[in-house]
This record gives sequence, structure tokens and C-alpha cells, in this order.
Amino acid sequence: MAGAADTAVEPAPRDEPRGAAPALAGLSGGRGPLLVTVAIVAAIALVLIVAYGIHDVAQRGVNGLVSGSYFALGAVGLTLVYGTLRLVNFAHGDLLTFGAYMAFLANVTWGVPIVLATLFAVVATAALGVLSERVMWRPMRGRGAGMLQLLLMTLGLAFVIRYGIQMIWGTFPRRLEVDVTDSISFLGLRIGRTELIVVIVGFVVLLAVGLMLRRTSLGRQMRALSDDMGLAEVTGIDTDRVVIATWIFAAGLAGLAGVLYTAAIGTMTPNLGFFLLLSLFAAVILGGIGNAFGALAGGLLLGLAQEWSTLVIDPRWKVAVGFGILILVLFVRPQGLFGRKERTL
Amino acid sequence: MTPVFAVSLDALTSADFWIGVGVLAGTYTIFTLGLQLNVGFTGIINFGQAGFMAIGAYSMGILVVRAGWSLWAALPAATAIAMAAGVLIGLPSLRLRADYFAIVTIAFAEIVRYVAQNARGLTGGNQGLLGFDDQWLDVSDTILGWLPASMQDQFLLPLLIVVWVTVAILTGLLMLLQRSPWGRVLRAIREDEDAARALGKNVLAYKLQSIALAAALGAIAGYFLALNLSFLSPESFEPQFTFIGFTILILGGLANYVGVALGSLIMWTLLEATRFIDLPLAAEKVAALRFVIVGVALILLVAFRPQGLLGKRQEMVLRD
Repeated sequence: MAGAADTAVEPAPRDEPRGAAPALAGLSGGRGPLLVTVAIVAAIALVLIVAYGIHDVAQRGVNGLVSGSYFALGAVGLTLVYGTLRLVNFAHGDLLTFGAYMAFLANVTWGVPIVLATLFAVVATAALGVLSERVMWRPMRGRGAGMLQLLLMTLGLAFVIRYGIQMIWGTFPRRLEVDVTDSISFLGLRIGRTELIVVIVGFVVLLAVGLMLRRTSLGRQMRALSDDMGLAEVTGIDTDRVVIATWIFAAGLAGLAGVLYTAAIGTMTPNLGFFLLLSLFAAVILGGIGNAFGALAGGLLLGLAQEWSTLVIDPRWKVAVGFGILILVLFVRPQGLFGRKERTL
Repeated sequence: MTPVFAVSLDALTSADFWIGVGVLAGTYTIFTLGLQLNVGFTGIINFGQAGFMAIGAYSMGILVVRAGWSLWAALPAATAIAMAAGVLIGLPSLRLRADYFAIVTIAFAEIVRYVAQNARGLTGGNQGLLGFDDQWLDVSDTILGWLPASMQDQFLLPLLIVVWVTVAILTGLLMLLQRSPWGRVLRAIREDEDAARALGKNVLAYKLQSIALAAALGAIAGYFLALNLSFLSPESFEPQFTFIGFTILILGGLANYVGVALGSLIMWTLLEATRFIDLPLAAEKVAALRFVIVGVALILLVAFRPQGLLGKRQEMVLRD
């Protein structure tokens, strides 16, 4: 969110030439939506504090940041792939699963330390993303495949990954070699030691991704492509290279999100990514589909919303909160908090 | 060299196997007819058919078991509930681009499964819901009594007959509907939404009617699934079952109602036959193998033969 706050740029008017990359901004809705969002979140927090006391709200807020960090990491890749390739990747959740099991393979089966195992998982998942681009998505784009064809192929791929994993490792819940019992107290708030590491890693990576998208030429090109593929090509961007870079980022971050999720929750099953996919879509649509900074903010907001909701309702319904937000956003503001209207048409 | 696995074909000649395949294929034909109406003839991408199937089956089960309704009153009521769910899901998302509807419907199906698993007071959760089929079993026994004595031990035979009679009636009705002015408007929407709108047609209303009918077909498939299992549990209604329907849809051919039955028969013969491949694997892994097959079949079909077996090239809705 820190990265998002200073990136709000007014959208360039449609008919003006906007070759300069900085004009192809991330939060194209301007500062207004961001301020409104912060105000709404603050108002909700205030109401909850009055009703339930500051300690409970802060404690659930901490939990929300934990889940928000892996939601955001998962959502940013989903939205980038959508923006760049107009591909709603229903296999994205299963990339998280793949990352988690690759970490399991390295960490538990081969006995590699968790840090190296996580790196291995990220690289392996990124490689899978690039492989899917080369074997499936690029040839299909070349043939002018329609939307339904592509959607169904992402679902076919999702099945192959998810049930391929189930064929190898079964449905028995697996654990990484991390300590999930030790916890730390700070200002009366408790957070698991592993959860704290998850939040720190998650936020450092999110900040790095935000900076990369904002400051580097590759990041600007990725956002430019996500904004308008045709215009980006005319501007002289090597779209093929950027597409590959997008897959490396999207899948790599998904792999990391899968490992962080497993580390925070404690166990993995072959369904974990599919179960998370609903929350990832909610985060993406909340932030405005195709908008990278929006997805980061949407992921964090969704994490907070789900955990705060447990103050009011039974915790087992917190997953349904994501669905509620998804439907509410589509009714009230289908372009998402930070999206432009044209995206939805 | 020792064989890694062995295949026994004896089972393929047994009546049990083919009756089982027939019931499943008939059930999924009804299920996929709804997808055909939405995807093949209206051009809306319904990824939540399993959710409508679950809503229909669970509403029926809850009305009978928890509220003490007669099964025959519960069936139309549950169908109406599924149709209302279709309209509610369609209202916010059908006004938007087609991929939003796909996202919302797949999320909807997952939430329905989640509710079925967690609202234990109503649905029985993972323990499941039993005892809704007494009135059906009476009918089933009556039908069994009409059959020759040699078939009396096949207790699924009445269900097989009723499923396929229903398939025939529904397929016929849908084909008639497709030739009606209403059906022509749906096709016009599929081909060019703006043109249909320019002619004064209320596109959203037609799309909502299409999704409501598909939800009703999903619910009917749900009743047959429930009667087949005589037990409702969340894992019978997982969101991924929608995509067995899509594989059947593409296999049979888009924009072709007869192809659905053909695709379903081929698909379920293949899927059920995997039970007889004697792999050195645990049951959950063989179950996983079935879905790997579905995934690979879906990818290959969509990539290399998107018009399926009976689809028409000029109605290639896939390449819009």
C-alpha cells in the first residue's frame, strides 16, 4: 500500500498522445478513490473498535495482514496476466498449489532448508508459467483463439496441475518444516513466529514488486501492455519479451504466495489453490481487473475484511465474505476501486 | 518385463457397468443441456452449473427431510429456487463483459459447496443428507414390477429409464424452443449483442431467462444425481463437475442439442472404464487420474477440435 499511495496519477485524456511511459499509470482512477477507500476502511475500523474494543480489532487486523499478504501476492499475478494477455487464468490458484508442493518436495523430501526450498518453488512455478505460455497460450493466440477457448484451456490446465499433484502426493495434508507453534507477543498482540516471517517476506516482496512496476523500464512496459497492448506495440515495446517477463513474475509470485500460505496455515492439500482462487478474484475485481496496484491493495483489503468479519460472524463464514465483496463490487462499482469505467465494457 | 498395470475387460460386458454408465450419462446430459443453452445458443459462459445442480438437489433434500414436504411438491419448489439463484447471480454480472460472468459463476459454485459443507444444521455437512427418496423408491419398485423377471435384480433400471425419458423430453423441448422466435433472439444475442439491442430486444432479460432455464436443468440433473446416490454430500457437487459438463459439451459439439447426449455417453464410458484399469494406486489417486483425463481431454479438444463431433463450423461460438 505504501508503494501504491504515491503512484496515483491522473489518467491521460484518451485522444492525447501518451507515448511517455509514466502516463501509463497504475492507479488510473486518480487519488480520489484511494482517499475514499482509506476513509471507508478507517470508518469501519473505528466502528469495530467502538463495538469490540481496540485489542480485538488490532489482533484481527494483524491476522488480516498475514492473509492479505498472500492474497496480494497471488492477486497481482492474476491481474497482470489478465491485463497483458486478456486471459482470465483459472489455473492461477493451482500455480499457488504447485509452488507449495515444490517447496514440500525440496524441503521435506530432499531435506533442503526452507529458504532455499522457497526459492526453488518460486523458480519452478515461474518455469511452469513460462512453459504454459510457450506450449499453450502463445500458439493459441497465434491461431486467434476466442475467449471461451482460452478460458476452457485454463481450466483444463488447472485440472492437470491440481490432480497431477493429487496423483503424486495424495490428499493427505502435508507440512513444511517450519515451526507453527512458537509465537511472539508485541503490545499485547500475538502473532506466530512463522506468520511474522510470512508478513515480512510478503510485504518486502510486495514493496519490491510495487517499486519494480513503478520505477523500472520493464515494470512500466508491463503496465503499458496491460493498459493497451496495441498502443504499447506501436510505442516500440518488445511485447514478446514483456509477456514472458509477466509470466515469470505472475507465476513466481503465485509460487511464493502458495509457500507463504502453507507456512502461515500449517498444512497444504491439492485443493488449496482452488479454494484461494475465489479470494484472489475478489481481490482482483475489488482493485479493478488488470490493475496491478489495485490488486495489491485489493488483496490486503480482502485480508482485513475477512478477519474483521470474524468479530461479527462465525469465523467459518469468512470465506463467504470474499464472495460477498465480489458481488457487492460488481453491483456498486464494477470497474473496481481503482479501475476505469471502460474496462468493464 | 512385468506389466506395470493390467486391464480387465470382463466388467465391460456386465449389465451393472452399463446401467451405471447410462444413469450417469443421462444425468450429465441434462446437466450439459443447460450449458448448451447458455454457451452454445446464448453466448454466455456459465461456469457455475454445478452450483445450480447443488442448489436444486439440496433444496429438494432439505424440503423433504427437514420440512417434511412430499417429494413431488419439493421438486418444483427446488427448481424454482435454483432458477431464482440463477437470476440473482446473473443480475450483477451479466451486464458486464462475458468473463465477469464466468468468474462470478465459478465463485458462486464454490460458495454453494462451502455452504453445503458448513451449514450443518440444514445440509448435514460432510455427514450428508439422507432419507429424501422414499417416495421415489415406491415408484421405482412399481416400474421394476412392470419389467421382465430377468431384469428384476437391476434396481437402478427404473432410474435409467426415467433419466433417459427425461433426456428425450427435455432435448425435444429445447429444440422446439430453439426454433421459436425466443430461440432466434437468443442466437441473435450470441452473434451480435448490440444488433439485438438495436432491434429493441431487452438483451439482459433474455440472458437472465437463459440462465434461469439452465439453472432449472442443472437442478433436474441434481435430483437424478441425488436419487442415484440416495445421499447428498458436498463432494458430489464440487465446482469441478461443471467442467466435466464442458468437456461433454465440446466433445458433442457446440450449438447442437443431440451432440450433448452423444458426448455424455462417450465421456462417462471412458471415465467409468478407468475404474477397471488395475493401477497400483490408492483410490484417491485413481479419482485424481479421472480428472487429469478430463483436463487433458478439455485442452486437446478445445485446441484441436473446438467444433466437437457434431458441431457446425459456421456456428463456431468458440472463436467469437
